[in-house]
Amino acid sequence: MDKVLFHAAKMRLFNNRLQTMIIMMVALAILAAVVISGMLVMGNAQTTDFASKNLAPSFAHPFGTDWMGRDMFIRTLSGLAMSMFVGLLAATVSSLIAVGLGMAAALGGKRMDAVITWLIDLLMGLPHIILLILIAFAIGKGFWGVTIGVAVTHWPNLARVIRAEVLQCKQSNYIAHAEKLGTSKLKIAWRHITPYIIPQLLVGFVLLFPHAILHEAAITFLGFGLPPEQPAIGIILSEAMGHLSTGMWWLALFPGIALVAIVLLFDLAGSSLRRLIDPHRSQD
Amino acid sequence: MIRFITNNIAKCLLLLVAISIIVFILVSVSPVDPVQANAGQTAYLNMSEAKRAQLAEYWGVNTPIWERYANWAKDFIHGDMGTSLRYNAPVSEVIATRALNSLALMASAWVISGLLGFISGIAAGMNRGRLIDKLVKGYCFVLASSPTFWVALIFLMIFSVSLDWFPIGFSVPLGVSAANVTIFDHLRHLILPAITLSVVGVANIALHTREKTIDVIESDYFRFALARGERPWRALRKHGLRNLMMPALTLQFAAIAEIFGGAVLVEQVFSYPGLGQAAVTAGLGGDVALLAGIAVISALFVFTGNLIANILYGVVDPRIRGARKMLGASGAVGAARDTGDTGSTDGIDKEQAGG
Repeated sequence: MDKVLFHAAKMRLFNNRLQTMIIMMVALAILAAVVISGMLVMGNAQTTDFASKNLAPSFAHPFGTDWMGRDMFIRTLSGLAMSMFVGLLAATVSSLIAVGLGMAAALGGKRMDAVITWLIDLLMGLPHIILLILIAFAIGKGFWGVTIGVAVTHWPNLARVIRAEVLQCKQSNYIAHAEKLGTSKLKIAWRHITPYIIPQLLVGFVLLFPHAILHEAAITFLGFGLPPEQPAIGIILSEAMGHLSTGMWWLALFPGIALVAIVLLFDLAGSSLRRLIDPHRSQD
Repeated sequence: MIRFITNNIAKCLLLLVAISIIVFILVSVSPVDPVQANAGQTAYLNMSEAKRAQLAEYWGVNTPIWERYANWAKDFIHGDMGTSLRYNAPVSEVIATRALNSLALMASAWVISGLLGFISGIAAGMNRGRLIDKLVKGYCFVLASSPTFWVALIFLMIFSVSLDWFPIGFSVPLGVSAANVTIFDHLRHLILPAITLSVVGVANIALHTREKTIDVIESDYFRFALARGERPWRALRKHGLRNLMMPALTLQFAAIAEIFGGAVLVEQVFSYPGLGQAAVTAGLGGDVALLAGIAVISALFVFTGNLIANILYGVVDPRIRGARKMLGASGAVGAARDTGDTGSTDGIDKEQAGG
């Protein structure tokens, strides 16, 4: 009996909490490492060396070099740093919008709720990419165009989660008691509801971040995002597209894998965090 | 029921109008100067001030935005969407030819990814915890984290450049007159983009179906069927399939926005002449009329999908009909998400990103 009961648990090296902590630590360490080292080598990302162009990956150039002799590893690293920076900024702004609107929808009465739900439907009505193109078109391409675009388009899902969460919290007795005791609405929102939504907010933010990076890369790839002189994964890949038929496979392969690895890592961190916070929603 | 459907359609129309207003405002506040964009750089520089003012008048620079919107919307409804600068043709014509190409691409991807996702979801759910389950889950997890355009690039590199199985781009062979282009040429150029789009779109539907399958397996009626001596697969086919199919179909209809977004990226990589590629060209080239037209059309696509999803949901589940009045176009799907019905999929719906 003992064996049956504890079998699954014993098979695992770490328990859930420890595992989540480890993944989060690794993700944060990699985030810091990539951003810092990327910023440091950013100056070298555009250094051309025509003596060593079109080189396949080797020890000196782990990701190879491109047609201008730029080292792809350095370019990828600084590109990732740039993408993560944009992603971090956009995800933060987006989460803030989500909290504000989600809470307003749940607490601000029926009419407010209807307006915000309608706004969410509106935003979901256009494919994200089209909306991003429109926003980049409206406020000009470049760093701010992408960051604002990604921030503005990504909050609906999280806002919905927060709205549902606050609605649930409103049912609880301690809110009713606080109301009966005459605590003001603002104070209830700050004192009792905000702490309640923080776990979901954290999960939402961690899951939003890779999402934001992917959108940034996509929109930059299409030519609406960061300018070509900035090292960005989207730029690297769109330039690689022009050299596909020459057989230089390393130009597209490694930067893409690096991006996927980062996104996977943060997805994993987000979902294990959620498993910890919300055990019944993600059993496996 | 009829009331439910008309309500939904009315909601969608209202949203569509709102979207068109937003689109119009966004393309109007653009820093692109309409006179300069329409006349071209050199012509603009050689123009006299008076001529510029005259053109500005012609392009309606000084008319208030609401008036311009009203004019545009009125013409739009009558089918006149303006003239495309980049393609030098009426926008409606450009969109019509390209929408056909895009529809072929999106429809095939929609069907293939739906079937593939549904089947692999069931297979994973039936074999929960075993190897096949882990494979499907791993596949979904990795694919959901890969940018669509990168997957497209890799496929292009492997299947077109290295193996030379498929052409590198365009929807028809180059240097062949339009009359000689056969349906097979079209198909050959469609295959790789469609496969890319399908492969990327599987994750959502597969994970959703997997969870639903597990629900079915753990249900009393399924246990009872097993207890009566039915074989698992037969029991699933007889008692579970209908329960699985409708939510999957609904989800797939609601995923049209994601497929559209993915198509934009895939079309760009494969130089496939569809709506997405035109949108990119229009956006980069300052082609206001075309960009606005495509944006509204894409919203029309999405709303049609959501509308069908909502109506399907209402047909299957009578509770939805009355209950979710507040939620609009994406109501049913949103409601499903709010209650955690789609399980862990909401962390993974990043296909839109082309991600």
